[in-house]
Amino acid sequence: MVENRPWLAFFTHVVLLIGIAVIALPIWITFVAATHDEIRMTQVPLPLLPGDQFWANLKATLFGRGLSGTETAPVWRMLFNSLVMAMAIALGKIAISLLSAFAIVYFRFPFRMGFFWMIFITLMLPVEVRILPTFEVVAQLGMLNSYAGLTIPLIASATATFMFRQVFLTIPDEMLESARIDGAGPMRFFFDILLPLSRTNIAALFVILFIYGWNQYLWPLLITTDQDMTTIVMSIKQMLEAAEQSPQWNIIMMTALLAMLPPVLVVIFMQKLFVKGLTETEK
Amino acid sequence: MAGIVLDKLKKSYGGTEVLHGVNAEIADGEFVVIVGPSGCGKSTLLRMIAGLESVTEGEIRIGERVVNGLEPAQRDIAMVFQNYALYPHMSVRQNMAYGLKIRGLPKEEIDRRVEEAADILEIRDYLERKPRQLSGGQRQRVAMGRAIVRKPQVFLFDEPLSNLDAKLRVQMRLEIRRLQKRLGVTAVYVTHDQVEAMTLGDRLMVLNGGRSEQFGTPIELYERPQTTFVAGFIGSPAMNFLPATAEGGEVVLENGARLPGGTGAGRVRLGLRPEHLLADDGGPIRLQAILAEQLGASTLVHGTLEGTDSALVAALPGTRAVTEGEVLGFSVAPAQMHLFDGEGRRIG
Ligand SMILES: Nc1ncnc2c1ncn2[C@@H]1O[C@H](COP(=O)(O)OP(=O)(O)OP(=O)(O)O)[C@@H](O)[C@H]1O
Ligand SMILES: [Mg+2]
Repeated sequence: MVENRPWLAFFTHVVLLIGIAVIALPIWITFVAATHDEIRMTQVPLPLLPGDQFWANLKATLFGRGLSGTETAPVWRMLFNSLVMAMAIALGKIAISLLSAFAIVYFRFPFRMGFFWMIFITLMLPVEVRILPTFEVVAQLGMLNSYAGLTIPLIASATATFMFRQVFLTIPDEMLESARIDGAGPMRFFFDILLPLSRTNIAALFVILFIYGWNQYLWPLLITTDQDMTTIVMSIKQMLEAAEQSPQWNIIMMTALLAMLPPVLVVIFMQKLFVKGLTETEK
Repeated sequence: MAGIVLDKLKKSYGGTEVLHGVNAEIADGEFVVIVGPSGCGKSTLLRMIAGLESVTEGEIRIGERVVNGLEPAQRDIAMVFQNYALYPHMSVRQNMAYGLKIRGLPKEEIDRRVEEAADILEIRDYLERKPRQLSGGQRQRVAMGRAIVRKPQVFLFDEPLSNLDAKLRVQMRLEIRRLQKRLGVTAVYVTHDQVEAMTLGDRLMVLNGGRSEQFGTPIELYERPQTTFVAGFIGSPAMNFLPATAEGGEVVLENGARLPGGTGAGRVRLGLRPEHLLADDGGPIRLQAILAEQLGASTLVHGTLEGTDSALVAALPGTRAVTEGEVLGFSVAPAQMHLFDGEGRRIG
């Protein structure tokens, strides 16, 4: 802004600071709770400054058998499960959507628009809506308690197909014609030209889908009964309920911190591409 | 090297026919320009030669080969697009090498050809840059380089200069011409700019509404246009057309003025190029001036044929002050009178 209005500046700053406090305070408290021992967390007043138990809590959380009085998988195992699930969903969705968008934009085949609309309609059917029939199918196929069961039903949906279709439509026809004159066949065109040109969009989508996959709660809850297949997001909820005595806040908060970490890392490392992918229009 | 033959070439989109049977024989090494107004089917014709559009009817031969069913890559052609169509994520070198790489040429051969082309086009310094780091003119050169390295039998150009500024356009025009002569490759060039067409082409095909109106050298088209369309399209400022009657070796204008020359009899349209009207105070063609455009080297006088509403333009050498309503006299050499019949076809 170019105007010089001190009151306005002051006011906007106050609003922003309040906003930051609202978002940052719970995270700070989570962090603080993860650095004290179990006893301190049950005493009033709650600590506002970090303690010295961070490493001990980290070790107990990652490798221990969960909360005392319960038998759950160690948190590293849940992190691993979540990671597999999130990666498989993100990569699987991207691969399938890229290929179907490629088919729909660049090939003439019977019922092409019919297929497009069918894919489009799945937008209206997220997992939550079709959860019972999907569960039935997955159970019949014997995919309960498996990574396949966790991920495949979530991979099949349209959002990304639609987005890639729009991306491909912005690529000028001459690019395809040039490639044809250069002698590139369809798959060559796909890998040599379409993929690199969609790179930033793929990155942006990866970030969104990774977080989407990581945050899945209902579906994993339904499909896994085996302790070794639990994901981290499910387990936080279970931890709060499972404790018969007062909750072990240090462990729960440490788990929450660990659960937040991967999405944050993905966003940080892919930030540049992510922003480009969402804003760049020129091809 | 090879010539191109177009044999009764037709193209329809759905039910609408946009090319109505185009015939042409293009000699080996010839530079042919296809020129015409927007929407007349120039690009469609070129893209059919390239293999980017299917042929509805007729035949295309490159060399001795019928290429109707061949993929673009098998036709041994190279095409330069209006918007260059360079691959944005590849460096200039990769852009030029891509087609050769697909053909499976050895690495050394690719490098040699790319560098050779880069030298010819003076783009050696940009080889490692991405297209977006180049100016329009440089991109244009890269697009040409991509065509050259393939060593094709035919170059195809679709309005390659229309995105450049006027000065660069003139420079690139000369360069394309020189390059084509040097490489001796047959070229087909599409443009809607008649100056570009006149200066570049060995021969011009004037296309109008999906039909070839005339196919000949620039001078033939200028001196003996076969139709009123060609006559009006070629030459700047455009030819004047006046309703007239031909009788007994004379042409009688609407206002009764008689010009010696011309053949035939009956109602005709008389075509007169502005630059062929010679100032002559006692001349039979009387122009009532409306305004004058001063171009420096010449002056264009716009007005009407005296006593009628027919527009008439004359080009006078040098600068000349003209007042509105002033009547100027002109005469014209009989050889420079073009007569057309009611269908717009040339008489004589
Ligand atoms: N894919 C298509 N489907 C239907 N009609 C088409 C298609 N492509 C071109 N046409 C029609 O064919 C005619 C010729 O088009 P073309 O692109 O060859 O014109 P052009 O002479 O190159 O014009 P310009 O100078 O504007 O580029 C036009 O009337 C156009 O509407
Ligand atoms: Mg065109």
